[in-house]
Amino acid sequence: MQLLKLIYKNAFRHKLRTFLTIAGISIAILSFGLLRTVISAWYVGVEASSANRLVTRNSISLIFPLPISYKDKIRQIDGVTNVSYGNWFGGIYIDEKNFFANFAVEPESYLKLYPEYVLPPDQKAAFLRDRKGFFAGRKLAEKYNWKLGDTVVLKGTIFPGEWDFVLRAIYKGRDKNIDETQFIFHWDYLNETMKKIAPLRADQVGFYMISIKNPALAADVSVAVDKTFKNSLAETLTETEKAFQLSFISMSEAIVIAIQMVSFVVIIIIMAVMANTMAMSARERFGEYAVFKTLGFGGAYIAGLIFGESLFITSIGCILGIILTFPAAQAFGSAMSQFFPVFNVSVKTIYLDIASSLVVGITAAIIPSYRAVSIRIADGLRRIG
Amino acid sequence: MKIPLSYSFRNLWTRRLTTILTASGIALVVFVFASILMLSEGLRKALVDTGSYDNVVIIRKGSDSEVQSGVERIQASIVETQPEVAIGADGKRLLAKELVVLISLPKRGTDKPSNVVIRGTSESSLPLRPQVKLVEGRLPRAGSSEILAGRSIAKRFKGGGLGETIRFGMRDWTVVGIFDAGNTGFSSEIWGDVDQLMSVFRRPAYSSVIFKLRDPSGFEKFKARVESDPRLTVEADRETVYYAKQSEMMAKFIRILGLSLTMIFSLGAIIGAMITMYSAVANRTAEIGTMRALGFRRRDILFAFMVESLLLSFTGGCAGLFFSSFMQLLTISTMNFQTFSELAFTFALTFEIFYKALLFSLIMGFIGGVLPAARASRMNIVEALREG
Repeated sequence: MQLLKLIYKNAFRHKLRTFLTIAGISIAILSFGLLRTVISAWYVGVEASSANRLVTRNSISLIFPLPISYKDKIRQIDGVTNVSYGNWFGGIYIDEKNFFANFAVEPESYLKLYPEYVLPPDQKAAFLRDRKGFFAGRKLAEKYNWKLGDTVVLKGTIFPGEWDFVLRAIYKGRDKNIDETQFIFHWDYLNETMKKIAPLRADQVGFYMISIKNPALAADVSVAVDKTFKNSLAETLTETEKAFQLSFISMSEAIVIAIQMVSFVVIIIIMAVMANTMAMSARERFGEYAVFKTLGFGGAYIAGLIFGESLFITSIGCILGIILTFPAAQAFGSAMSQFFPVFNVSVKTIYLDIASSLVVGITAAIIPSYRAVSIRIADGLRRIG
Repeated sequence: MKIPLSYSFRNLWTRRLTTILTASGIALVVFVFASILMLSEGLRKALVDTGSYDNVVIIRKGSDSEVQSGVERIQASIVETQPEVAIGADGKRLLAKELVVLISLPKRGTDKPSNVVIRGTSESSLPLRPQVKLVEGRLPRAGSSEILAGRSIAKRFKGGGLGETIRFGMRDWTVVGIFDAGNTGFSSEIWGDVDQLMSVFRRPAYSSVIFKLRDPSGFEKFKARVESDPRLTVEADRETVYYAKQSEMMAKFIRILGLSLTMIFSLGAIIGAMITMYSAVANRTAEIGTMRALGFRRRDILFAFMVESLLLSFTGGCAGLFFSSFMQLLTISTMNFQTFSELAFTFALTFEIFYKALLFSLIMGFIGGVLPAARASRMNIVEALREG
């Protein structure tokens, strides 16, 4: 009890310094939390992918299409329960700055395959009826203030022309990590238009989405699909949805690694600031520690004082930092919504925050404690500041 | 009468541990700050140097990049006959009709696939790009399955080295030459014969037409005429502008991330410097009192402590810069979100970044030191002397 009281009193002996240290730590914890959230936002597509789904694309690369005739051949393969297909449309809404994902898909099978997109039943029916209809994520509709029945025009980049769509449904994500910024419309609309303007490019799909009976079949079905189209003009590459999403991330891995490195640097910076503060406090109090020793207190008691003070200051800073992380993530997420449709602070991040501040608190106290414990009483009493 | 500089110097020296800790905090911040600036500079260099100012890129109207574009043969021929196209020394037009597609290739070592640009080129493609130089092997023979690989492809992708083969489009392609294009985007490309590649990928149309202007100032007139020509559905851009557009998203990403990091970090470093300076003042109350009693004025004291803080941050800044200069040895290879293809760029240190980083560290030292120094100079002589 006495020890706790002393720790508390010691921590606030230099009000200004302690306040500054706490501020420094909370800022560092805040930036660490933000960086961790950026990394987890990067992997959100992987997190949200289901083990029951495969994606088939052209083996050369994603920009090459596959014939629509593959659909029925894939459907016949053992273990396949459902097949949908689609194209990355890549249209631009008014200006390139307004980036969001937009796809043309075969709607009925797509919605069966992706139960995580929740559409109200009446809106869903309206969307399926209208071949010019599209459905959009809740966040997207809010951002551009689209109401049901509004006409939205996209400028095609891959498929030339101005395309107009009617908003028929707005979906919500079933879970927190579902991207609610997508724009999805009828593949038939795309295909019929292409038949008119560029017949050579019609009846081609960008990728097939396949659902399988159970995840254990993934490898066998992938091999079977690729074998079916071996040595044809459009060979396929089939992988699980997770692997498909990961392949995008691994291409931009360098950035993820850089961000990870920076978040470790942050921790080292807090350590430096904290170690600095503890070194100063201990140095100022060597005389007092010598008095403690004279009175018969052991080295453990003195070390406890220093460790306690260090941990006390770091934990206050840590708590403040965690509290600040949430509004900061909100602001950062809306600035970066183009890159990160989902930007949530995860529980794991908070645990990491706590763990790292414990490490910092302990590390910062090691050297000053060692010095305070090992100093000879006479030297300690003689020493000034 | 001034307080000698050596006073500030020796103070830092006396409290070595504290000085090192604070300076290294500042060094880390400056390191991150400089690295981010170097990264965006490197990206800018890679994309802007890729283009030449007097080259024009022609792609289909509405497409963002060569990969999405398609220019039909007849339209390419119409462009070819425009009077603005420069004529080379051999009397041929300096114009290349090119095909650009992406293929995914496995990287060396990890086997992870990444998207690589394959460019179908014609004989004018090389002269149009003075920054691209053949460094090993020879040029491919026209009409054969021979390809050239950019230096970073040769280094980082399976089958990209001289004499190796890459398989795509149901054929094996032999790499007969390696070209170097410095830090530009071309270094991450593979070049082959345009007609061969078109038949392999079953592309009836070119992706883009690139030519050199006969007169660099004639671009605006050419652009207006071509874009209003009813036979053509194309848009024209100077090559420099075209490549700058390609990296807008990436540049924005690095900028926002960099700004947020730097802001948060510098706050942390300023706080660190403040803690150090405040404690330096608190520890030296008696000294300050003595100096005041000796007749040094308030502003001298203020000046001495400011110098100390600036020295501290400058040391940190120099250390941070020193370490960040080693970042130039690193190459970052990542995917350009807009073009969807592999892009390799390095950290580039320029003089501007150099002085920005040092200035940044001095500003941090100034902000961190000004309050403690003011406190030191406002001390009451008698009370300060009694402290010791």
